[in-house]
Amino acid sequence: MNDTPSHREGWQTNVRRQTRRLGYWTAAWLLTMAIANFGPKFFWDSNDLMTIAAIGLNLLIGIGMIVANKDHLRSLDEMHQKIQLEAMGLTLGIGLVVGLAYSNLDIANIVSFDAEIAHVVILMSLTYLATLITLTRKMR
Amino acid sequence: MKNRLKVLRAERDWTQAQLAEKLDVSRQTINAIEKGKFDPSLPLAFRAARLFGLSIEDIFQDQDSA
Repeated sequence: MNDTPSHREGWQTNVRRQTRRLGYWTAAWLLTMAIANFGPKFFWDSNDLMTIAAIGLNLLIGIGMIVANKDHLRSLDEMHQKIQLEAMGLTLGIGLVVGLAYSNLDIANIVSFDAEIAHVVILMSLTYLATLITLTRKMR
Repeated sequence: MKNRLKVLRAERDWTQAQLAEKLDVSRQTINAIEKGKFDPSLPLAFRAARLFGLSIEDIFQDQDSA
C-alpha cells in the first residue's frame, strides 16, 4: 500500500534529499534566468546566438526544476501534499484571475503603466507563500 | 473523525516523532491527526492499525456515529 521509497532509505532522509535537490535546481534555474536576462547587455553585447543558447539552457534547467518539484511533492507525506495542493491551487487561481483582469486594465488603458508578467509572478509567489504559512499554522 | 492515537502512543511511551518515524509521516502530521485537524488516508490508517495490532475501527471513529 505504501508506494514511497521510504522503507529502503528512511522516509525523512528521502524528504531531505528531495528538498535539497529541488533547492539546487531552483538555484540553477535562477542563475541561468539572470544570465539570460543580463547576458545580452553585460556579457556578450547582444549576440543573438549567445542569447538563444542562454534562453535554451534556462529552459532545460527549468524542466529539471519542474521534475525535481514533482519528485519533491511525491516525497512529502499526505498532509503536506494536501497543504501544497491547496496552496498551489489557490496560487494558480489567483494568478490566472487577477493576472487576466490586470491585463484587461492595461489593454483598456485604465492603468497608466504596462502590465508586466513579473507583476503576476510576484503576486503568485506572495500568494503561495502566504497560503503555505496559513495552512501550516492551521494544522498545528 | 475522532481517534485514540494519542492514548495508544502514550501507552507505549512513544513520542510523536517516534510514532511519525514508524508510520513514515512527519511529526506535524501525527500532531494534526491527534488534534483532529487532519484525517488520515485509508493506507495510513491501515499502517497505524498494523503498528498497534488493532483494527482501524479501534483507533479511528466517525464523529457522527460515535
